Amino acid sequence: QFGAEFRRFSLDRYKPGKFEDFYKLILHIHHIANLEVMIGYADVHGDLLPINNDDNFFKAVSSAHPLLRVFIQRQDEVDYSNFGTNTLSRKKKALVTLRNDNLRRRPHINISMPHDFRPVSSIIDVDILPETHRRVRLYRHGCEKPLGFYIRDGTSVRVTPHGLEKVPGIFISRMVPGGLAESTGLLAVNDEVLEVNGIEVAGKTLDQVTDMMIANSHNLIITVKPANQRNNIIRSSRMSGSSGQSTDSTASHHSLSTSHVLQNFHPDEMESDEEADIVIEGGLEPQHIPKLHSLTSNSLSRINGSSLSHRLQRDLVLNNNSGRESNGNIHKLLSSLKTDPRHSLVIPRGGIEEDGTVITL
Amino acid sequence: MRRFLRPGHDPVRERLKRDLFQFNKTVEHGFPHQPSALGYSPFLRLMAIGTRSGAIKLYGAPGVEFMGLHEENNTVMQIHFIPDQCQLVTLLDDNSLHLWSLKQHGGASELREEHRFTLKGPPGSPPSATQVTAVLPHSSREVLYLGTESGNIFVVELPSFRVLEDRTITPEAVLQRIPEDNCNRRSCELVEALREHPKNPDQILIGYSRALIVLWDLQNNKAIHHFLGSQQLENLYWQRDGSKFISCHYDGSYTQWLVSSDNRQSEPLENTVPYGPFPCKAISKIYWQTTKNGLPYIIFQGGMPRASYGDRHSISVIHGSQQTAFDFTSRVIDFFIIFSSDPAAEFDDPSALVVLAEEELVVIDLKSAGWPAVHPPYLASLHCSAITCSHHVSNIPLKLWERIISAGSKQNIHYSSMPWPIDGGTNIAPDPPQRDLLLTGHEDGTVRFWDASGVCLHLLYKLSTVRVFLTDADPNDNMNTLGEDEWPPLRKVGTFDPYSDDPRLGIQKIYLCKYSGYLAVAGTAGQVLVMELNDEDAEHVVDHAEADLLQDQEGYRWKGHEKLKTRDGPVRFEAGFQPFVLVQCQPPAVVTSLALHSEWKLVAFGTSHGFGLFDHQQKRLVFVKCTLHPSDQLALEGPLSRVKSLKKSLRQSFRRIRRSRVSSRKRRGAGGNASEVQEANAKFDQEALQEMELAPVQRKIEARSAEDSFTGFVRTLYFADTFLRDSSRHCPSLWAGTNGGTVYAFCLRVPPAERRMDEPVRAEQAKEIQLMHRAPVVGILVLDGRSTPLPEPLEVAHDLSKSPDMQGSHQLLVVSEEQFKVFTLPKVSSKLKLKLTALEGCRVRKVTVANFGSCKTDDYSENDLAVLTNLGDIQIISLPFLKLQIRYPCIRKEDVSGIASCVFTKYGQGFYLISPSEFERFSLSTKWLVEPRCIVDMPEVTSNNHVHKSGTENAARKS
Repeated sequence: QFGAEFRRFSLDRYKPGKFEDFYKLILHIHHIANLEVMIGYADVHGDLLPINNDDNFFKAVSSAHPLLRVFIQRQDEVDYSNFGTNTLSRKKKALVTLRNDNLRRRPHINISMPHDFRPVSSIIDVDILPETHRRVRLYRHGCEKPLGFYIRDGTSVRVTPHGLEKVPGIFISRMVPGGLAESTGLLAVNDEVLEVNGIEVAGKTLDQVTDMMIANSHNLIITVKPANQRNNIIRSSRMSGSSGQSTDSTASHHSLSTSHVLQNFHPDEMESDEEADIVIEGGLEPQHIPKLHSLTSNSLSRINGSSLSHRLQRDLVLNNNSGRESNGNIHKLLSSLKTDPRHSLVIPRGGIEEDGTVITL
Repeated sequence: MRRFLRPGHDPVRERLKRDLFQFNKTVEHGFPHQPSALGYSPFLRLMAIGTRSGAIKLYGAPGVEFMGLHEENNTVMQIHFIPDQCQLVTLLDDNSLHLWSLKQHGGASELREEHRFTLKGPPGSPPSATQVTAVLPHSSREVLYLGTESGNIFVVELPSFRVLEDRTITPEAVLQRIPEDNCNRRSCELVEALREHPKNPDQILIGYSRALIVLWDLQNNKAIHHFLGSQQLENLYWQRDGSKFISCHYDGSYTQWLVSSDNRQSEPLENTVPYGPFPCKAISKIYWQTTKNGLPYIIFQGGMPRASYGDRHSISVIHGSQQTAFDFTSRVIDFFIIFSSDPAAEFDDPSALVVLAEEELVVIDLKSAGWPAVHPPYLASLHCSAITCSHHVSNIPLKLWERIISAGSKQNIHYSSMPWPIDGGTNIAPDPPQRDLLLTGHEDGTVRFWDASGVCLHLLYKLSTVRVFLTDADPNDNMNTLGEDEWPPLRKVGTFDPYSDDPRLGIQKIYLCKYSGYLAVAGTAGQVLVMELNDEDAEHVVDHAEADLLQDQEGYRWKGHEKLKTRDGPVRFEAGFQPFVLVQCQPPAVVTSLALHSEWKLVAFGTSHGFGLFDHQQKRLVFVKCTLHPSDQLALEGPLSRVKSLKKSLRQSFRRIRRSRVSSRKRRGAGGNASEVQEANAKFDQEALQEMELAPVQRKIEARSAEDSFTGFVRTLYFADTFLRDSSRHCPSLWAGTNGGTVYAFCLRVPPAERRMDEPVRAEQAKEIQLMHRAPVVGILVLDGRSTPLPEPLEVAHDLSKSPDMQGSHQLLVVSEEQFKVFTLPKVSSKLKLKLTALEGCRVRKVTVANFGSCKTDDYSENDLAVLTNLGDIQIISLPFLKLQIRYPCIRKEDVSGIASCVFTKYGQGFYLISPSEFERFSLSTKWLVEPRCIVDMPEVTSNNHVHKSGTENAARKS
């Protein structure tokens, strides 16, 4: 439903023709003739601008060098506030990007039915962070995608009462293509990591920060100072141009005390991510134990509690009541079962019935 | 969970915490790493050892020990006690001199540095002008004579270290008074030795490197005698009556000289090359000891024939027709002789030879026939074979203790019965509160049992598992088997032997039941041995069982080492722990966890492939469980052996060298091998280092997944009698935790004692818990209805513990590397947790339940978790509420082997390796503290201390 399709085609740059023709061409190429769509394009600054009349169509074609990236959205999904001049007046926790690698859109949260989306990331605490910082929450629930980034040691320049000072810092060193971190578009190479789930990383080693991130990987909230400060969220009090250039006022905001930051985490927000451990009850029915042989016969008895037949007969008791997380856990469990070549059985996805906290396979 | 991190505000609890917890590093056990100097005071009967890191350690009677550290951390080159004083002087390799004193403070003696001093020459003089080579503390206790590289002998006052310039003995002054044509300025370069006349403190013997020896009159500043040898001088030694002295030389010879008043230049009385006629190595130090029966003891270091025995570290003792060259396992740092220090005694009558080698201390009894070694009560070489694991058992019942000592004493019959000769000072520490055993597993397949109750870590008994297996080692391939007429008369002494014959023999896990005397030991090649203590020698067949942890899964091939071959037929075992059953894991991967339940007679073991349960009463495998993720190729291939391949290849090359050494006794000139290997190794190391530098320091951030490598690695096994199925019936259970964050629980049915042999033990899986954070499970524990950890097997039966509460509901504590989590039983629903990694970025490395008693009241004690993190911090976490109590930095986080070696005791103490040969002991408890507390009193100084000279040991030695 939300998959993207790519079409590449050429237009005469100097004779682009009418918008109407272009619109028809697009619909034809994409075989979506029966849909109302909104066409937009990316300008030189990377901002999404609409194409809806001859003028801006002409402008778009002439500014393309050499490719014009055209974005097509269904009319009813279009969030006009996304477009250029009407710039981003986002509020706290406003941004949820779609799990959509190719169309990089930042629609409002109320854009569609929540079921259709699986949140993968969000920018949070915009109101309390200095605007040069960004706090990004990566959701990994039920997502098969790897987090997909690397961190390294480095130095950053801080403003202290004693003037500029070079201090060691932790930076994002690499993004794995197709990984969760990359697909959100909210993190980039050379962004400095300031906090992990509300804990400052200053004074911690690379290995410590690595361990903290991995320990929080199910619900990772990292606060970064983006290397590219151009795409920062600008608060409504500030004016900005269409290119989103922002003033870099790093200085005064740097040492946000942890306690101050933590006040703004709702307790349930911190705890709602609580991972649910899976408990498989193996003893609900008397298990058949293979007849035990004496040692001299050299045939060893064993109980293979993990064999699928047992597993399938067992009930899965999930400790956590959150439906979404249960889902995630089951997915994980299923995937681990499926990848187990010892078990040739294929589990149809539809074969799962959900009944409260107990899920019967 | 953050609320648990907030410091508690309960003042009552805060006060209680102060009464319970206290962090102290109390004593270093074992043998000092890289010793570099040795000193002895016959007056105090104390020995001092200096190390390359600037530490100085004093030892006397067992329990008497002191430690000091030079701030500079420079190598200690020489140690000299000031005659008849509680003081000593050390010379470091930066040419600084340090004066240390033993002073009484608060009822116990302490070692403190008093002064430091560096000799300064006139401006513009080369550093060699003041480079100290020989130190002589004069018996007047007022001055030090410092021989230098330039040939000058400076005199400094004590304790101020003020240079008495007018008393400097310059080479020019010496030469002026020697009417000799063949002596020139160069003859007086570099002072090798300074020796005070044993009877006349106004005369000192000066030995210059180029074989000029001068007897100098300090009062009149003139040479009384001079002696000119033909070979480069190494050292000097006076005979007790001062009529003769002996010099030893670079060419492996020693010379006796007569000091008589009539002739001014003496010819040598006798010149001997003890291991000639072929070229010999230098004799670097020599003693001449007189005895009542007239035959002297001549004891010297080195002098071996250069070509065939040049690589030996030897000290020879010659007494009449008896001659033995003690052959040490590592380089000799220095040695001294303990002899009669009574100034009135006419003869030296030496009693013991004390040798500090690089890796061990060896003491030879010179009074008993055959010169046997003396078993040292301290300074044990923990690393005679590399330590691979350790296990601590607190509060050993007396019966077991005595049986272990008795088994050990049968192994020590070749030791001398002489009481420990270095017996200065008085141990005033209270008796150890209980009998504790520290068991160390070693690479060569041995387990050593140490008395860890007090300050002296003392070897009680050594167990070898090698006998069960057939190894490549040829039993006749022994360097001791020399024929009767062999020359030189080498005799190997010492126990240091780092060359393991087969790395698969290495011990990885040990579990001792102190009530039953059952011991389980598991090794590198998947071998699990169950043993029983037997007070007699016995010959029996070891039963053998295989546990196929892969359960016949197709398509997997183990690429690691093979299992060890076993000996067929009965094997003779000496008294002590004797194996009666061997369980061999297949694939033969290293055993990663082990648990023994002596009451149920069950042993559980785990590897990177799975775990199994063995009934050692019926000698039958109960079940195996494969934990391996099928895509985990690494675990299948046995990468652990691959990681070790460098070490292995090093070991093999060393073994080759050793073999070639053995054979080179006959065919000479195989010595080049060692240096080649060393060169190659150095090159290899360098390449590895470069590779490391090139690799960018970058860490991947990825959640753990079921597909990670080594998720099946079994980290912990635990037996518990608890409520696994329902809350009305409890039953025996076995719990296993894996690297992938999975906990398996098995219900066990153990037949009652009267039918124990008739019915099989049954097991069925009851629970499988997958922790969603998937971090390795490092500890599993069940708390009873009173939230007390379940007692050890047989503890209740021996009336040493209250029966566990089976009325209230039990709780399960799972400790992963990242967090602590309490679950209810039998439902296993999460109740409480404490996150460690997510909040602090550190991970759990070791965790134990420890009992802490209050230092204020005898009747209060509580159980807490003692936790060591990968950053080397120790945290104490309360049970059952998982509140952080206190945190202490303990080990440097870079010290990976220190952290890996750490072992906690049940009463809040712990040990970790600070070097391959030393355990640091620490205490977290206010109540249980084992630390040296001793006193050194000044013995009464005899009035005629000018004659009292024989005792002063001037170990003036160049290194």
